[in-house]
Amino acid sequence: MSCRPFRRAALLLVLGLSLAVTVGAQSSPSTSGATSSGPESALTTLQGKTQELEKAVADAKSSGDNAWMLVSSALVLLMTGPGLALFYGGLVRKKNVLSTMMESFGLMALVTVLWSLFGFSLCFHSGNHFIGGLGYSFLRHVGLAPDPDYAATIPQQTYMVFQMMFAIITPALITGAFAERMKFSALVLFMTLWTIVVYDPMAHMVWGKGGLLNASLGGAVPTLDFAGGTVVHITSGVSALVCALYLGKRVGYPHEPMPPHNVVLSVIGACLLWVGWFGFNAGSALSAGTLATSAFVATHLGAAGATLGWMGAEWLRTGKPSVLGAVSGAVAGLVAITPASGFVAPMPALIIGLIAGVVCYLMVVKVKPIFGYDDSLDAFGVHGIGGTVGAFLTGVFATSVINPIFQDGKGHASPVGMIDGNAHQVLNQLAGIGIAWALAIVGTLIVLWIVDSVIGLRVNTEQEVEGLDLALHGEEAYNLEA
Amino acid sequence: MKKVEAIIQTSRLTAVKEALQEIGIDGMTVSEVRGHGRQKGHTEIYRGNEYTVDLLPKIKIEIVLPDDRLDQVLDTLLKAAKTGKIGDGKIFVYSVEEAIRIRNEERGDLAL
Repeated sequence: MSCRPFRRAALLLVLGLSLAVTVGAQSSPSTSGATSSGPESALTTLQGKTQELEKAVADAKSSGDNAWMLVSSALVLLMTGPGLALFYGGLVRKKNVLSTMMESFGLMALVTVLWSLFGFSLCFHSGNHFIGGLGYSFLRHVGLAPDPDYAATIPQQTYMVFQMMFAIITPALITGAFAERMKFSALVLFMTLWTIVVYDPMAHMVWGKGGLLNASLGGAVPTLDFAGGTVVHITSGVSALVCALYLGKRVGYPHEPMPPHNVVLSVIGACLLWVGWFGFNAGSALSAGTLATSAFVATHLGAAGATLGWMGAEWLRTGKPSVLGAVSGAVAGLVAITPASGFVAPMPALIIGLIAGVVCYLMVVKVKPIFGYDDSLDAFGVHGIGGTVGAFLTGVFATSVINPIFQDGKGHASPVGMIDGNAHQVLNQLAGIGIAWALAIVGTLIVLWIVDSVIGLRVNTEQEVEGLDLALHGEEAYNLEA
Repeated sequence: MKKVEAIIQTSRLTAVKEALQEIGIDGMTVSEVRGHGRQKGHTEIYRGNEYTVDLLPKIKIEIVLPDDRLDQVLDTLLKAAKTGKIGDGKIFVYSVEEAIRIRNEERGDLAL
C-alpha cells in the first residue's frame, strides 16, 4: 500500500518518456507546423493520454479481480450444493438422505432471500460495534461501483454476492447436528432467526465497518479471521452442539446401528468441498493478486496435512485408515486453515492442518462418546473444534511477510502474529473465539426456545422411525423398482 | 422330485452356475440373501462408531429336479461351491409333491 504513490510517479515518468519519444518521432518527418503550437499543448496531450492509460490499467485490474471474485462466489455456492449436501447425505441412513440434502439446498434459496432483504445490510452497513445498520436493506445503494472500504477493485454487488455464499453455507453446516430428526418447518424458522441473531452480528463484528473485532477497519479488538474461522465455523459448530444437546438423541442412538448409507456420496461431497474451498479462502483476498495465491496454497496444504493427521491417528488407533476418516480429516483441515489462510506461510499451514486433523479425530471418536451427545454428523467436532484450533493458531503463525495488515504510523508493517513477535495477538484471537462461542451458545438457545415454543423442533417418533424423506417430503431417494 | 436349496458364497455363483449347466441343469432360481451359520461377522468402524455386521451376504440357489439326478447335482454343487473356508454355506434337500408348468399345465418330471 505504502509504495503506491512512488510506483505511480515512476509509471508516469516512464509513460511520459515513451510518449515523448513517440510524439517526437512522429512529428519530425512531418511539417514544422506541428511544433509551432509549443511545448504546452504537448504536455496537455501527454497528461490526457496518461490519464487514459491509468484508467485502462485500473479497468483491466478491476476486470481481472472481478472475474476471480465471480468464479469464487460460484465455488463457494458449490460447497453447499452439491458439496455439503452430498457429504452429509451420504452419512445418514437411506430413509433420510433426501431430507438431509433438502436442508442444504433449501438454505441456498432461503438465505439468499434473507440476505437481499436485510442480511447484507446487518452485516456490512456501518452500524455500531455489534451490528450493521439498515441502509443496504432491500439492496438499496448496493450498486456496481466498488465500495473502497471493503474491496476497491470489484463492484459492490460482487462483494455482496460473494458474502452471500458464506451466509448460505454457515447455517447449512449446523444441519449435521440435528440430522434425521428435525422438522423441516422448524428448520426454516430456526435458520431465519439464527442468521439474524448469530450470523449477522458475528460477521459484522469481524468483517463489517466499525465492527468490534475488525482487524483491517480499526476494530477495538482486532481479531484475525481471513475467511471465517470465527464467523463461519465456530458459530456453526458451537451452535450445532447446542442444537444436538437441546434436541436430544435420535431414537435408538447409540444402541441401534446407524452406519452411513453411502460413503461414496460423502467422498464426492468432500472433494467438492475441497475444491470449493479455494473460492472460500483464496476468494477472501477479494482480488486476484498475490494474496489470493498465498491463501490458495495455504488452503491446499492445510487440507493435505489434516487428511494425513486424521488418517494417521486412526490408523495407529484402529489398525485401518478409513476412507471416511480421510475425507473427514480433509474437511477438518480446511476448516482450521480458513481463518489463517491469508496470513500464514505454506509450512505453518501444513502444521495447522496436521494439528487440526489429529485434534478433530480425537474429539469425534474419544470425547464425543464420553459426553454421549448425538452430534449426528459431527458438525461440532469438525467445525466447532477445527474452527477454534484454526482461529487460535492464526494468532500464532500469522506474519506480515504474507499479509502486512497491521501498520505503524509511518505506514511500515508491524508484527502480526506471535512468530512475528506480536504475542498479544494470541489474546485477541482468544477474545474473538470467546465472543463467537458466547454469541453462538446464547443466540442458538434463544432461537431454539422460540422455535420449540411456536412450532416444535422434532418430528414425532413414528415419523422418525419411518424416515424423514417419506414422512416430511413424500419421497424416497432410491426407488429401485421404478 | 427333489428340491435342492444351496446357500453359497457370493464369489462362487458363476462357477456353480457353469458347472450345473455343463451337466444339463438349465432351470434354477437365484436370490441374494443375508445370513450366517458358524461364520462370525465382521466389524465396521465409522468415525469411531463400531458396528458388527453379522448377517453376511450370500447367494441362495434353488433347483427342482427328478430323483435320479440328485446325486450328480449334489456332487457338482459340492465341488463347485467349495473354497474350504468357514462360510462356504449349506445344502438342503426337500421332497417335492408336485410341479406344474403354468404355460401348458404339464405336471411332474415333464414340468421340470
